[in-house]
Formats: sequence, structure tokens, C-alpha cells
Amino acid sequence: MNFFWDLFLGGLTRGSIYALLALGYTMVYGILQLINFAHGEIYMIGAFSALIVASILTMQGLTGLSVLILATIATVLYAAAYGFTVEKIAYKPLRQSSRLSPLISAIGMSIFLQNYVMLAQTSDFLPFPNLLPQSNFLDSISSVIGPSDFIIIVTSAAVMSALTLLLKFTKMGKAMRATAQDQTMAMLTGVNVNRVISRTFIIGSALAAIGGILIASHVGRINFYIGFNAGIKAFTAAVLGGIGSVPGAVLGGLVLGLAESFGTGYISSDYESVFAFALLILILIFKPDGILGRSSQQKV
Amino acid sequence: MGNILEVKNLTMDFGGLRALNNVNLHIQRGEIAALIGPNGAGKTTLFNCLTGIYKPTAGDILLYPPDGKAKKISGLKINIITELGVARTFQNIRLFGGMTVLENVMIGRHTRSKSSILGAIFRPPATRSEEKAIIDKSYSILEYMGLAPLVNELANNLPYGAQRRLEIARALATDPHLLLLDEPAAGMNPQETNELDALIAQLRTDYNLSILLIEHDMKLVMNLAQNIFVLDYGEEIAYGTPQEIRHNPAVIKAYLGEEADAEVS
Amino acid sequence: MKYACELKQSTYIALWFILLTFPIMVVKVNTIENIIVWRWINIVGVGVGAFVLSFFWQLYLRKKMTSQQTAPEKVSILNRLIENPKIYRPALFIVGIFALIFPAVFSHYQVNVMTTALIYVMLGLGLNIEVGLAGLLDLGYVAFYAVGAYSYALLNYHFGLGFWMLLPVGALLAAFFGILVGFPVLRLRGDYLAIVTLAFAEILRLVLENWNTFSFGPSGISNIPRPGFFGINLTPEQSAIYMYFLLIALCGLTIFVTYRLQHSRIGRAWVALREDELACQATGIDKTKAKLTAFALGAMWAGMAGVLFAAKTTFINPASFTFMESAMILSIVVLGGMGSIPGIILAALAITLLPEYLRVFSDYRMILFGAALIIIMVFRPGGLLADRRKQYKFHQPDAKEKR
Ligand SMILES: Nc1ncnc2c1ncn2[C@@H]1O[C@H](COP(=O)(O)OP(=O)(O)O)[C@@H](O)[C@H]1O
Ligand SMILES: [Mg+2]
Repeated sequence: MNFFWDLFLGGLTRGSIYALLALGYTMVYGILQLINFAHGEIYMIGAFSALIVASILTMQGLTGLSVLILATIATVLYAAAYGFTVEKIAYKPLRQSSRLSPLISAIGMSIFLQNYVMLAQTSDFLPFPNLLPQSNFLDSISSVIGPSDFIIIVTSAAVMSALTLLLKFTKMGKAMRATAQDQTMAMLTGVNVNRVISRTFIIGSALAAIGGILIASHVGRINFYIGFNAGIKAFTAAVLGGIGSVPGAVLGGLVLGLAESFGTGYISSDYESVFAFALLILILIFKPDGILGRSSQQKV
Repeated sequence: MGNILEVKNLTMDFGGLRALNNVNLHIQRGEIAALIGPNGAGKTTLFNCLTGIYKPTAGDILLYPPDGKAKKISGLKINIITELGVARTFQNIRLFGGMTVLENVMIGRHTRSKSSILGAIFRPPATRSEEKAIIDKSYSILEYMGLAPLVNELANNLPYGAQRRLEIARALATDPHLLLLDEPAAGMNPQETNELDALIAQLRTDYNLSILLIEHDMKLVMNLAQNIFVLDYGEEIAYGTPQEIRHNPAVIKAYLGEEADAEVS
Repeated sequence: MKYACELKQSTYIALWFILLTFPIMVVKVNTIENIIVWRWINIVGVGVGAFVLSFFWQLYLRKKMTSQQTAPEKVSILNRLIENPKIYRPALFIVGIFALIFPAVFSHYQVNVMTTALIYVMLGLGLNIEVGLAGLLDLGYVAFYAVGAYSYALLNYHFGLGFWMLLPVGALLAAFFGILVGFPVLRLRGDYLAIVTLAFAEILRLVLENWNTFSFGPSGISNIPRPGFFGINLTPEQSAIYMYFLLIALCGLTIFVTYRLQHSRIGRAWVALREDELACQATGIDKTKAKLTAFALGAMWAGMAGVLFAAKTTFINPASFTFMESAMILSIVVLGGMGSIPGIILAALAITLLPEYLRVFSDYRMILFGAALIIIMVFRPGGLLADRRKQYKFHQPDAKEKR
């Protein structure tokens, strides 16, 4: 039972991070039908800038919560700026071209950003300080759930709820949903599609940055390559849930995280990603549009 | 005479929406029949059921090819239905845009030819002559449709009217017994429509076809069709000759509010 | 001034990039000694670089926009050159001679490099069948390559079978694996297919990495024999030259077969499938058959390339078959121009040879590769040599083919 509970929590933690990243994929896909391969790199850059900002702050003598808050704010802004810029350079000029061109451009951007960080920083793993706050409350629950697991799960849930509210009730959210549904129609009704696309990238990148800080604190080390695997997993999660669907991305992330966690726990720890990918293939065979995806009975 | 196609109690649901409700329809061998009805009546949906693109919720579709015996085609794969001799055009033109006009028609010959992978690689005489036959036949269809000067153009670059004719040419290349035309005159100017009118009538005799035609242009329909089916909200509300349809109160009522009602009466 | 607007824009953009890259470019944290290195000089580099790049970027982008409006499609110079028999015949002749005397003129090392490049030509042409012709976005093409390489290595290790026996076996096993992957993805739409093929490739790689008893795990398999030459023992140099000519011959075969396939009834069906899947079926093409043959015939070349790769390097391990490799091959296809055989050959040679001969930039190889992918896609989305459809000429009354 205890073992089961540990695996469950581990899966939930992992799944929350996948979900945070998957949201970025799904939102971009919903609007541009583009697999934004560079999204994982934004997450990696988020983790790096958090490390840098936090180190500077710590050396200025700051400690505890203030470091976390300032580093988070800086990182989120910074990652959002990256997301915004990436879209302007690699995707915007390609709006009219065939589906494959922006995909290749995205792969190029992903390679570029990885190597940019590797060259400008280092190719080694860097230790990442645990920025998550220590408190008595967390100590008291630590017999049930690890403190950083708890924080990751709660933070992700809060961020995702905020996103859901934003999409549902704000004008911007409505414009985003309208654009995802029918771009031409949205444009005709006065939605500024360029702005919507930019904002989608900004929001997605901000979520990725939060994911980056959380996971880096949890795992305790980062390098320039962490974005790649996380990115592929998150994209898998988005597809699993039904790409384009926001609740689908969350569900897909959690399912994937749990599958990996239980797979490694009960079957074999060597095949962690194999469980994720095998699950994806199985689900798509039976539900080609993902768990919550809209049916693709296309109108003719 | 006999029928080439019979549709029995066809029903098609999309989630909660019933797009076709218990539709019955039959097309006589060699006739031009028309399917009319307001937008959203389910006409295109019926075509999609006939050609296997949608799997009907209930009901049967029977095809009577001239040379064989009756065959139930509902539930068959799209390409098998084409192979059995049902060809169609699309309301929203669906050509192979990046291929040339000639190649579009050559694709239509696919089911009527059989050279294999090995044939493609080694090009034995059989493959060569088959390829030549495909090109010749496709070219002659394009000539017939008045598209011969455009053979090497990309389909995407064709003017609208030519694209509609190319879709018909591609359908003809599959050697159909039954041709389904979905709003072939949509977007054409009156002169083009007149040409199309003559062309369709000619097609039937030259290619020995039965034709089912969806069209909003009542003049064209009344001119061409021997029999007309009227759909409204997925229900079949009338069937008869143009004369009968013109005076059918249910039809007039269905079209009221649409500009077409002036044309019907 | 003519470029005032661009210059002003570029200044803003340069400032933006200085801000954007500041933490990563300027600050470097040494977490062991807990010190921070500030590299202020990098600001200058970023600023100047961003300014110049954005200036030309805007210039070319504007040029591209206006040329698109005035002349929607003009045939590129490169295309016109290779379609002109007066140019391409002598050019082919020269290339042929060059290929023949290459090992005599260049060093052992160069011959090896060229052999690798030729393996990528084969891979590019194979993937072109799936992606370029049939429009099946395969992000896991490397899996078929791995199947070929491991077929050779393992079947040789366990059963002592030889290269010439296993070359077709590797190709067939890869084709079979292609069908295996093809079946479950038949119903899937474009990008779903992409992620599922990627998933298959990752699963295969992870299994190879972890199933030690089967595949010898991450350390891989070494001492794979080079191809025999009528029972004669070759020195490594001779063997490299032998491999080179083997690849020249087999690439010739690949080009011949893929060209014939492309211009056949099946090749047309693939293109129709790519253009409009539904209309393609309604025109009588069996979608299942078309997709599966595309997967099988595309995978086959990867299998063959895998056998050749294993025989050339005499050592393989799972690290050679990562997603990056798939991305590389896909880039070859798209950069060359989907469906265009000469374009893909050119791109394969460029992508594998340029980094080799730009050793000075060796640290910057990958970052330049990434940048090049973006730039080429933005300014030449159709690739270096966009595919052009075959033209036919008709004399009345009997129709005849021109080329
Ligand atoms: N694939 C589909 N999914 C959901 N609803 C559909 C689909 N295809 C058609 N419909 C619906 O069926 C009805 C009939 O459509 P259609 O057959 O296109 O009408 P018509 O061709 O007579 O104008 C419409 O309400 C349409 O929205
Ligand atoms: Mg319709």
C-alpha cells in the first residue's frame, strides 16, 4: 500500500510537470496546427535563468521565499520573452507555407537554443539549489507526501486553474478560443489574430518556465538537454489527451506521469519512457483523436 | 429499364443530429436525376453515404451494375465503391492541387490499371503500354472536357470553372456507371452554366452514364433531370418529374423564404 | 535614406536581443566555488550580431513578400539549370568522373567522409518516399535504420551470416518493420502519425539500450565485419575504398529505383494521397495499400543504409539512432525540396559534408545547423530544388510522352 502510494504521488508530481508543458503544446497546436518543437527548450531556458537569477540574488544576501518569488517572476517574464521572440523569428514568416516548413523551422530552433545555452553556459550538469520553501507545515505532512511533491502538485493545479479561468472568462481567452476554432471567422469578427498568437506563445512559455523551476528544484540539477526529453514527453501527453484540448493536456500529462511511475515501480525501472510511448500508441489505436479530442469525422 | 441504384430507408446521424431520416431513392439506368433541397437539407451527406465516406447509421444502398448482379455497397470502402462504378465530384472542389491537370485525370485511371511495384521498377512492355494507355485515355477525356490546352498546368492554378470541369474529368476517368455531381454549376457564370448544361446531357450518351445531380440552379435542373428528389431537413419530401415538382405544394413550402422559391414556381 | 526604417528597426531589435540574451550570455554561475563571472564583452557581440542579422533579415523578408505578390511562382535558377539538357548532361558527366576518381585523389579520411555522406543520400531518398511523396510525416525514420544495422550486427554475431546475405535481409526486415509501424497509424491524421512514429523509434532505441541480453545494451556491438571482397582480405584503406564504391553503386540503385517509383502509377498514387487523402480514395486508390507500400518501400532503404553503416563503422550502439538522427534526415528531405531527387542528393551532401569541412567552426556546427534550418525554411520554404511535376507533350491525334 505504501509503495503504491509513493508511486501514485511520484506519478502525480511528474504528471503535473508534463501537464504544465503539455498546455503550451496544446495551445499552440490548437491555433497554428504546429508542433512547437522548441517548447521544451523554453522550459530548459526557464530552468537556467532561474538558476542564474537565484544565484545572483543569493550572493546579494537574500534568502528563502524572497529568492523564490523574485527568481520566479524574472524567469517567467524572461521565458515569455523567449517564446514571443521564437514565434516572430521561426513561425510567423511561415504562416502561409506548407505544414512541414514550420515544423523543420521548429526543429531548427530547438537545436539552436540547445546549443546556444550549451555554448554560452556549459555542457555539464549544474547543481540546482532547492528554491522551494521549507516550513513547519511541510514538515508535518512529510510522512504522507514529500514537500516538493506537494508544492509541485499544488502549484501546478493552481496555475492550471488560473489558465482555465483565463481562457473561459477573459476577453483574451475568448479571442484565443475563437481563433483556435476558426481562424478566418475570428479574424472577420475583429479578433487580432497576430496578437492572439503572440499571447498564446507568451502564456505557454510562462507555464513552461514555472514547470522548469519546479522540476529543477525537485531534481536538483540541470543541463542544456533537459528540455528535449521533457518536451517529447509533454507533446506525447498533449496528443494522448487530445491535442488542442486544454483539459486533455492536463489529463494526458497526469495519465502519462502515472503510467511511467507505475510502470517503473511494478515492471522495470529501465523502461520508463517505453511505458509512456507504448501507452500513447495503444490509446491512439483505439481512440485516434486522443482521450478528450474532438472526433475527426471531417465534413466533406 | 431497371434501376442502377436503390437507396432503402437510409438514416445518417451525427451525434444528436439526424442529417438523413429514412430516405428512399432510386435511379433508373441511363437517366439524369436531380437531388434538390435547401442548404443543410442533407444532400451532400447523402452523396457521402453513397460513396462510402460516411457509414450510414441505418439502411441499405444497392448498386446494380449493368454487367453484374446487385451489390450492397453500404459499408464498403470508398475506393471499392469507386471501383464498382460510382464516381463523384465534390461541392468544395477537391483536386490534387500540386499535380498537373493531366496527372489528376491519370489518378482516375488507377483502379482500371494494375502495374505493380516490380512493374514500376523494371518497366516491362506491359507496364509501358499500360502507362501509354493511361496517358492517352486521360488526354482524350481532357480533350472532351475542353481542357486539353491546360494539361501541364497545376490544378491549383486553374480558373474556377476549369477546376469544376477537371473534377468531372477525373471522375470520368474511373469508368463509372453512375456519376454523382455535387453542385457542378456553383460559382459559374450564366454562360459557363449553359455550357455545362449541354455537356452533362452529352456526357450521359457519350459515356453511357446514369447521373445524379445536386444543384441549386433550377433552370439547369428542370432542363436536365427526368426525375427530381427533394430533401428537406433530411426528409424526402417529394419525388417526381420536373412538371410535378414545380407544382408540388410541399416543395414550394420548403423553398419559401429562400430566393429559390421564385424559380420553382 | 533608403533603409532608414530597417536601420531603426534593427536598432530596437538589437537592444531587445541584448536584454533577451543577457542572463545566459553575460552571466555565468560557477556553482562549485559560488562565484559569478560577468562576461560583459558578449553584449557587444550580441548587439552587433543581432543588428546586422535583423537588418538583412528584414531586407530579404520584404523582398520575398514583394516578389511573391508580383510573380507568384517563377522557376528558380537552380531548377532551370538542372532541367536544361545542355547543362545537366555535361554536369552529370563531370560528377560521374569525379565520383570515380575521388578515392584516387583524396585521402582515406575524405573517402570515409564521403561514404558517410552517401549513406545519408540513401536515407534521404528513402524518407522522401514517405514524407516527400506520400506526405506521411515520419519522425521516427531512424528506427528503420537501426533495424538494418542491428540485423546485420546480430545475425552476423549469432549465425555468422555474411554481408551480402544480410544486405537484402536487413532491407527486408526494415520494410517489414515499416509495415508493422504503418498498420496502427493508418487511421491517424498528420501530426498524430508524426508523434506515433517518433514513439516507435524511441521505444526501439530504449529497448536496444536496455535489453542487454539481446542487443548488448548501451555499449553496443563491435567487431562487425566489413564486407568481404571475393574472399580476399582487404587492408582498412582498401576496404574504405571498397565501401565507397559499394555506396556509389547502391546509391545509383536507390536513385534509379526511387525515380522509377516516383514516375509510376504507384508514385502518382502516393502524391495524390499527400495532396488530398479523401479525394484520393474517392478516385479509387486504396489508402491502406498506398500508405503501407510507402512505409515499406521507404523503410527498405533505411534498412539497407543501416547494414552499410554497421559494415562501415564496424561498431554500432543505440546512441547512433536518436531522434536527432531522424530530424537530420527529415531536414535533408525538406531542405532539398520534398519529392525532388536531385534536391535531396544535394542537401544530403551539403548537410553531411559542410560541417566536416568547416572544422574551424566545429563547436558551432550544431548551432549553425539549427540556424540554417530556420533561415532556409523562412526564405526558401520549398527547399533548394523544389520538385516540379513532369510535363507531357501531345501531338494530335495520338498522344506521346516527351521526356
Ligand atoms: N461530418 C459531419 N459532422 C457533423 N455534422 C455534419 C457532418 N456533415 C454534415 N453535417 C450536418 O448535416 C446537415 C446536412 O449537411 P449537408 O449534407 O452538407 O447539406 P446540403 O449538402 O444539403 O447543403 C447539416 O446540418 C450539417 O451541418
Ligand atoms: Mg451540400
